[in-house]
Amino acid sequence: MDLRYSDADEQFRSEFRRWLEAAVPAHGAPPARDDWDGRRAWDTGWQRKLFDAGYAGVNWPREYGGRGATLTEELVYYEEYARAKAPYVGMNFVGIRHGGPTLIAEGSEAQKQTHLPRILRGEEVWCQGFSEPVAGSDLAALSTRAVRDGDHYRVSGHKIWTSFAQQADFCELLVRTDPDAPKHRGISWLIMPMNLPGISVRPIDTLRGESDFAEMFCEDVRVPCENLVGPENDGWRITNVTLRFERGSAWAQDIFELQEYLVDLSALVAQRAPQDASLQSVLGQLAAEADALWALVKWQLGETAKTGVPGLGGSALKLAFTELTQRVYEFGARLLGRAALSRDATDDPSGWRSSDTFLNTLSFTIAAGSSQVQRNLIAERILGMPREPR
Amino acid sequence: MDFQLNEDQEALRAGVRVWCEDRFRFEKLAEVVQQPLAREWWRELAELGVFALRAPESAGGVGLGMAEAAVAFVELGRRLVPGPLLWNLLAAELIPGAASGEVIVGGLDQPQPADRRRPSATPAQPTDAGAALIEYGDAIDVLLVLRDDGVQRIEAAGQLPGTLVAEPLDPLTPMLRVSELPEGTIIGDAALAARLRLEGTALTSALLLGIAESTLEYAVAYAKQREQFGRAIASFQAIKHFAADMYVRQELARAATLAAAVTIDDPAVGDVSRAVASARVVAGAAARENARKCIQIYGGMGFTWEMPPHYYLKRCMVLENTLGQSPSHCTTVAAHLAAPAS
Ligand SMILES: Cc1cc2nc3c(=O)[nH]c(=O)nc-3n(C[C@H](O)[C@H](O)[C@H](O)COP(=O)(O)OP(=O)(O)OC[C@H]3O[C@@H](n4cnc5c(N)ncnc54)[C@H](O)[C@@H]3O)c2cc1C
Repeated sequence: MDLRYSDADEQFRSEFRRWLEAAVPAHGAPPARDDWDGRRAWDTGWQRKLFDAGYAGVNWPREYGGRGATLTEELVYYEEYARAKAPYVGMNFVGIRHGGPTLIAEGSEAQKQTHLPRILRGEEVWCQGFSEPVAGSDLAALSTRAVRDGDHYRVSGHKIWTSFAQQADFCELLVRTDPDAPKHRGISWLIMPMNLPGISVRPIDTLRGESDFAEMFCEDVRVPCENLVGPENDGWRITNVTLRFERGSAWAQDIFELQEYLVDLSALVAQRAPQDASLQSVLGQLAAEADALWALVKWQLGETAKTGVPGLGGSALKLAFTELTQRVYEFGARLLGRAALSRDATDDPSGWRSSDTFLNTLSFTIAAGSSQVQRNLIAERILGMPREPR
Repeated sequence: MDFQLNEDQEALRAGVRVWCEDRFRFEKLAEVVQQPLAREWWRELAELGVFALRAPESAGGVGLGMAEAAVAFVELGRRLVPGPLLWNLLAAELIPGAASGEVIVGGLDQPQPADRRRPSATPAQPTDAGAALIEYGDAIDVLLVLRDDGVQRIEAAGQLPGTLVAEPLDPLTPMLRVSELPEGTIIGDAALAARLRLEGTALTSALLLGIAESTLEYAVAYAKQREQFGRAIASFQAIKHFAADMYVRQELARAATLAAAVTIDDPAVGDVSRAVASARVVAGAAARENARKCIQIYGGMGFTWEMPPHYYLKRCMVLENTLGQSPSHCTTVAAHLAAPAS
């Protein structure tokens, strides 16, 4: 049992750190939140810079343009990325964190060659068309239909909560290809180009007042059959691959970022209420939990290295991280006092827009499998307790 | 980096577990309660190497690290093994006979009250506001006292002056109420006292983790076999979600506790005092909350003397009052945030 990074890891750390020190300030401040063209350019422009410097797709295979890093190099990457306060993955989220990885695991050679390098270079933005109005936590209840017609599928249905649907070039789309099979058996995973006729997108305002997600309507959209990922009707298995990546190791970066935030909060406490022992105690409690999460990331990484596959522990990490993050930002907002009643950046000296970010964290325990769903998974798959109806 | 138990550590864990299952299966606990601390099992523990784990081989020890000690102590915690366990290990190199289990070492943490550290503060209070409760005070041969300015050794020889507490909170941890300690000799300086506190806190976390693990196992097993409304109570989501949260707390506590132990062995990988304090905070919460939820999941059975859960909660309360309570460890973590190690 040891926690030492190798010399090679440390070498990589200093190289990456040096690069970030120059590149992050050079990329400038993010555009206004309703400047969608500007945001796309900013997010994908940063992705391009990562790619050009050899830092894109840290854990992707080299043959598709990734870095092919070891597990510990990946950790170093997340640590340094968060420490440098480098730009959030933003609009590249789906492509980088789960769409691309799903293709690596399950896609055809042609699909990998077509999409992976372009995702890494910031040339393709992806979105996720999984959820539907009646299929949320019960995702397998989805009813968007795809009917084979020669070398195309004709797709019709209604998706919802599709983040960045308006900006995306491609969509990882779940469709029902066999309506007669039991609900988990008739699903397929398609790559849908977002410029096809028949797709319409209607933005939905989030509780922060921004249209980050949308409803997506498909009316007889013709998607080429070659865009099917994996076998027809095997989409539920592939969906689980995607979800495992979505709940996977990239959390590490967010955990480290949370630790950075806690350091800044401690400066705020020192400045505002240096004598308040109870604030110190709450701060220490939150930081101890964040430390433990970071240790758990390393523990699970060791598990993955030992067994070769990521375990079921991702659910525990997702659950603990998202719940803790809400508490930390809520604490940050409380520290601000009445200044938290403004969401403007200037009113939070920590630089983290605590009250606005707190609002954002409310989605963490809902999206990518709600906290309740994670608890069900842990109880059933890890502790062997009886299953919910499904 | 390979943050998983290695083969030797797995073997150590298995060995200690077998001994614990044999000696301290729950069915046998009732007998244990009646007995004074048995020198026999103390020596068996020593033979397993538990107390000598960290002493160098040249001194007859096993020459391993805090990581191994933590692995062993998790097992002791799981089975509620009684005795002033951590003090014999901490004293292995300080007190002859401690490593071999011939001498039973107890301990008392006596930090100076905060207001005495700052001379200008409020008028000095008496150092001993009340009598000290000393675990196994009637059975120990030597008492180690940790003070801010050093470590004191007091000869106890099983005869510390005091009265045995009639109803100790933890039936498996007898307490001696001592109002005045005999004179002792100084055997170490402030730095030693600080080191022993740190290492003792790491071992306490390991014992707490054992409680978190055990109470989760008991709770899930009980929930699977207890039926109400025609089905196992484990099928009720309220129960499942309790169990899932218990699991998460256990996982966090394990990662943090082992990370702290590894950091003690290899201080280059992190800040030792922060790692130890964080682990203690998280392990304390895991043990406390898991033990309480275990009682809740057992229902009326959970409120009986006969069933295991209450023993765990009570032991947890003993451990959470060993070497500082959680809030003081939280403060330590917060202080590190303010002055992060570079
Ligand atoms: C910010 C944000 C971005 C998103 N982006 C995308 C995206 O890009 N693409 C996409 O496809 N989806 C996206 N989603 C959708 C997300 O995956 C769903 O919101 C989520 O799966 C929950 O589904 P639901 O909203 O229908 O809630 P419901 O499933 O209706 O759940 C409502 C409540 O019931 C609880 N619940 C449901 N089932 C159970 C159960 N079995 N046991 C206990 N409690 C239960 C839930 O925990 C929740 O509290 C996004 C969501 C958010 C908030």
